[in-house]
Amino acid sequence: MRRALSVVIGLLLMVALWEGYKAVGNPDGTVLFGTRVLPRADDLSMPHVWDMLSRFGRPELTGGRPVWQAVLSATLFTLGITALGFVAGAAVGLVLAVAMQRFRIVERGLLPYVILSQTVPLVALAPLIAGWSGNLSFGAYPWQDWMTVAVISAYLSFFPVAVGMLRGLQSPHASGVELMRSYAAGWWRTLIKLRFPASLPYLFPALRLAGAAAVVGAVVGEISTGTRGGIGRLILEYSREATSDPAKVYTAMVGAALLGLVVAGLVSLLELPLMRHRRRVTVVTM
Amino acid sequence: MTAVSIQAVSQVFNPGHTGEVTALSDVDLTVAPGEFVSLIGPSGCGKSTLLRLIADLITPTSGTVEVNGKPAGKARLDQEYGIAFQQAGLFEWRTVQRNVELPLELRGQSRAERRSRTAEMLELVGLADFARHYPAQLSGGMQQRVAIARALAVHPPLLLMDEPFGALDEMTRERLQTELLAICAKTGTSTIFVTHSISEAVFLSNRVVVMSPRPGRITATVDIDLPSPRDEAVRQSPAFFDAVTTVRKALRAAA
Repeated sequence: MRRALSVVIGLLLMVALWEGYKAVGNPDGTVLFGTRVLPRADDLSMPHVWDMLSRFGRPELTGGRPVWQAVLSATLFTLGITALGFVAGAAVGLVLAVAMQRFRIVERGLLPYVILSQTVPLVALAPLIAGWSGNLSFGAYPWQDWMTVAVISAYLSFFPVAVGMLRGLQSPHASGVELMRSYAAGWWRTLIKLRFPASLPYLFPALRLAGAAAVVGAVVGEISTGTRGGIGRLILEYSREATSDPAKVYTAMVGAALLGLVVAGLVSLLELPLMRHRRRVTVVTM
Repeated sequence: MTAVSIQAVSQVFNPGHTGEVTALSDVDLTVAPGEFVSLIGPSGCGKSTLLRLIADLITPTSGTVEVNGKPAGKARLDQEYGIAFQQAGLFEWRTVQRNVELPLELRGQSRAERRSRTAEMLELVGLADFARHYPAQLSGGMQQRVAIARALAVHPPLLLMDEPFGALDEMTRERLQTELLAICAKTGTSTIFVTHSISEAVFLSNRVVVMSPRPGRITATVDIDLPSPRDEAVRQSPAFFDAVTTVRKALRAAA
């Protein structure tokens, strides 16, 4: 109940900030030494919140389906790709982290490249992946554009999981490791009984970052590969009409934001049953 | 048969490097079954190293370590000892019960066996009512008692303790000392106990082994002849203070 209330208050604050700036801001933006430091506050750049909301109800094009339907179906399409990329990326990240924990030499050899992988600009990467994978096919089933997008999404999301999970796997104290050794437990059982459970507090924040990265990867991936059907494509299409119909592009952005929220929510749902011990705080003294 | 037999053990860390440290030099020590032996000495005298050698957490540079008549490595694989550290080191994601069950789980015992053994252990340390609590809900003294229950869960003939009460306040510490002695008497476990505290060593032990640093070695062994059971009256007795003085002198002479 209190949580729901704080969400509502947060939303209202956002709206108040937006409309407040529109009310007091300079319609031509504030320019300081030839650089615009505050955005234009006119209706073209910052449409009213109610204009955006009402745009959802009106048709996309004259006689077409309403915008909310278009945004919703595009969001669901991208959600599917994001989920696929996220799961694949998280799996790769986990395997890398375990390999790096197990073998010092792998950590030394691999970690710089893992970090390097994230400095490659996404827009440069997308056509490369599309080009390499274009000739691939699964039997009679050829490679699809959306698969390229999922790969880009996975490429961005494996990184926080690999780095966070490695840190988590290395987090147990020496005494915990010695304890497992005293029980004659080998590497595998130490991993299952000690390192995995100990890494959960590191894993979940990493998964949240990975979720956000997967969304960004999917949206940008759609745009740079020209994949149809998703929210990234919709943002691109609607932004072309920004001068004639400024509220429209914001509806697509709301869809993208919603996508991010759904992914974050799914990660939290995963966290609930696994982090029960963290929620009990009353200390007994005796 | 002896509980622990250490012969001519030396331990050198980083041999041949600039950071070479002789942690232990030519140490001999024998512990009889059921005996309570404390290792005492200033920081860096190698008492924790000696404990880790017995536990086979590290391997000696030279010399032999036997536990219950077996080489230390074999004894570790057979879980011939239980160990407790200064930090209780409980797994925070497991309840008290599941923490005590851990060594039993790794031994492949059945669920029913684990349940009954854990109940017995928690009864022994007086925490039967807290089986379903998480470690974060317990005070430091209670956590340490869980760690002792965990160390004793497999009924090992030997208990190794590395300053287990070092982080506790004086009152809790004295109460746990009395409890520990009662537990050891009940289970017949031999104990090797590393500590900084002279009075703790004297109160608990049949024998106090005094060590000195650089290189770590045993400089004196003091037999403690106090009546048992050891209770508050013993803590106040002149014999107790005499023993404390003897150990203190041995420590001074060593330094």
